[in-house]
Amino acid sequence: MTTIRILAGTRKGAFILTSDGRRKRWSIDGPYFGGWEIYHMKGSAVDPDRIYASQSSSWFGQIIQRSDDGGASWSQPGSNADVAELMAAGLSQGESNMFVYDTSRETGKPLTTHQWYDGTQHPWEFARVWHLEPSLDDPDTCYAGVEDAALFRTTNGGATWHELPGLRGHASGPNWMPGAGGMCLHTIVFDPTNRKRIFCAISAAGTFRSDDGGETWKAINQGLYSEQIPDPTAEVGHCVHRIAIHPTNPNTLYMQKHWDVMRSDDGGDSWREVSGNLPSDFGFPIAVHAHEPETIYVVPILSDSQHYPPDGRLRVYRSRSGGEEWEALENGLPQQHCYVNVLRDAMAVDMAEPCGIYFGTTGGQIYASNDSGDNWEPIVRDLPAVLSVEVQTI
Amino acid sequence: MIRVILPYHLQTLAKCEREVTIQVEGAVTQQTVLDALEARYPMLRGTVREHVTKKRRPRVRYFADGEDVTHESPDAELPEAIASGRQPFMIVGAVAGG
Repeated sequence: MTTIRILAGTRKGAFILTSDGRRKRWSIDGPYFGGWEIYHMKGSAVDPDRIYASQSSSWFGQIIQRSDDGGASWSQPGSNADVAELMAAGLSQGESNMFVYDTSRETGKPLTTHQWYDGTQHPWEFARVWHLEPSLDDPDTCYAGVEDAALFRTTNGGATWHELPGLRGHASGPNWMPGAGGMCLHTIVFDPTNRKRIFCAISAAGTFRSDDGGETWKAINQGLYSEQIPDPTAEVGHCVHRIAIHPTNPNTLYMQKHWDVMRSDDGGDSWREVSGNLPSDFGFPIAVHAHEPETIYVVPILSDSQHYPPDGRLRVYRSRSGGEEWEALENGLPQQHCYVNVLRDAMAVDMAEPCGIYFGTTGGQIYASNDSGDNWEPIVRDLPAVLSVEVQTI
Repeated sequence: MIRVILPYHLQTLAKCEREVTIQVEGAVTQQTVLDALEARYPMLRGTVREHVTKKRRPRVRYFADGEDVTHESPDAELPEAIASGRQPFMIVGAVAGG
């Protein structure tokens, strides 16, 4: 019996929504970590009950939580040799929240500043973890994309985290600058056919690729055109909102940029626009159908000034041709007076048949389609603003 | 014995009551109180003070014996009422909405 488990991060806690493979009736558990911002949760591909969660607060900073039982219980996985007494008492072991930029001479780059809003150089300051991407092979290995933009990795289940400094040390690093949401590394994508290949996206720097497991990086933004920066075709400076691939065709990447939906067929070396007949090509998430590598989904948003759907109508757009030709999907979605947004990490697909598509809104709704997007239903309507949605097919 | 009152979110992290007691050797200062608190509850490291610099997080405040001592030196001795355990040292999340 298939189980579908949705991991939803919100502004005020985490929620876990569970259904069987029919995806008709859902149980809703939570809030977990009530009152904390949960930017992202994601389960391990090799051990679905191993889930990592990014918990943060403007008051008390960053916490990493881990569950080993599918979300039923959580703990901070940090290690400390002196806390046997606490562990015996059932307390967390603590200190899983230490994200310190590598500035060592041996392994770190001598890079300590990036460009600030006023054009001056500003020190790199850790703010929060935006995205957690568990390894495809090892449940104890997980990558974290953080603000200010950098890539960290744990190899001990989240107890300790170490920066992969080659990304931040890219020659373009001093020219990176924050978007409105902060300078965040928000997307981490693995190539399942080449374990050495990792893609990352940073707002507002652009997309980067490593072909050596994260040691060195190449900026892959050729073909992007951003009118918001002085040189619209610059190597970096592009506000990439999200990238996605299909695991069977990993040389093809899809991108929702600040404006423009883009596509690459050469592993990111070059991009072309495929916005086609979208009513607006501004938006945040982009997702690929689980079984159809050329079927993709976006949620058009009116503009970067308004951040709500065109005409007050919430519509997902689907292309079955990998872009250019899009159809509106609106059955079951509000078609009047709707002014919510869908954030970059808040759309995901399951692996069931037919493919299920899910997204959460800043209005607290989580919508689901169990027929590839033809029809939608809200699973829940009144959660806090949804920051992220991930789906596990178990 | 030093008494420390924690804000709600740190109570849930540490799985403890609102008030905890800790032992401080030597001078009782913000620094020594927080060092002892983090030794007893390592899951609180990084939540009150930054990990490496030990700087107070901007939205955290310290109250002692009816006074806001947030901006006192971390190495200044806290009032006798705190050192004797007569009054608790309060770690407070600054008031802000949202």
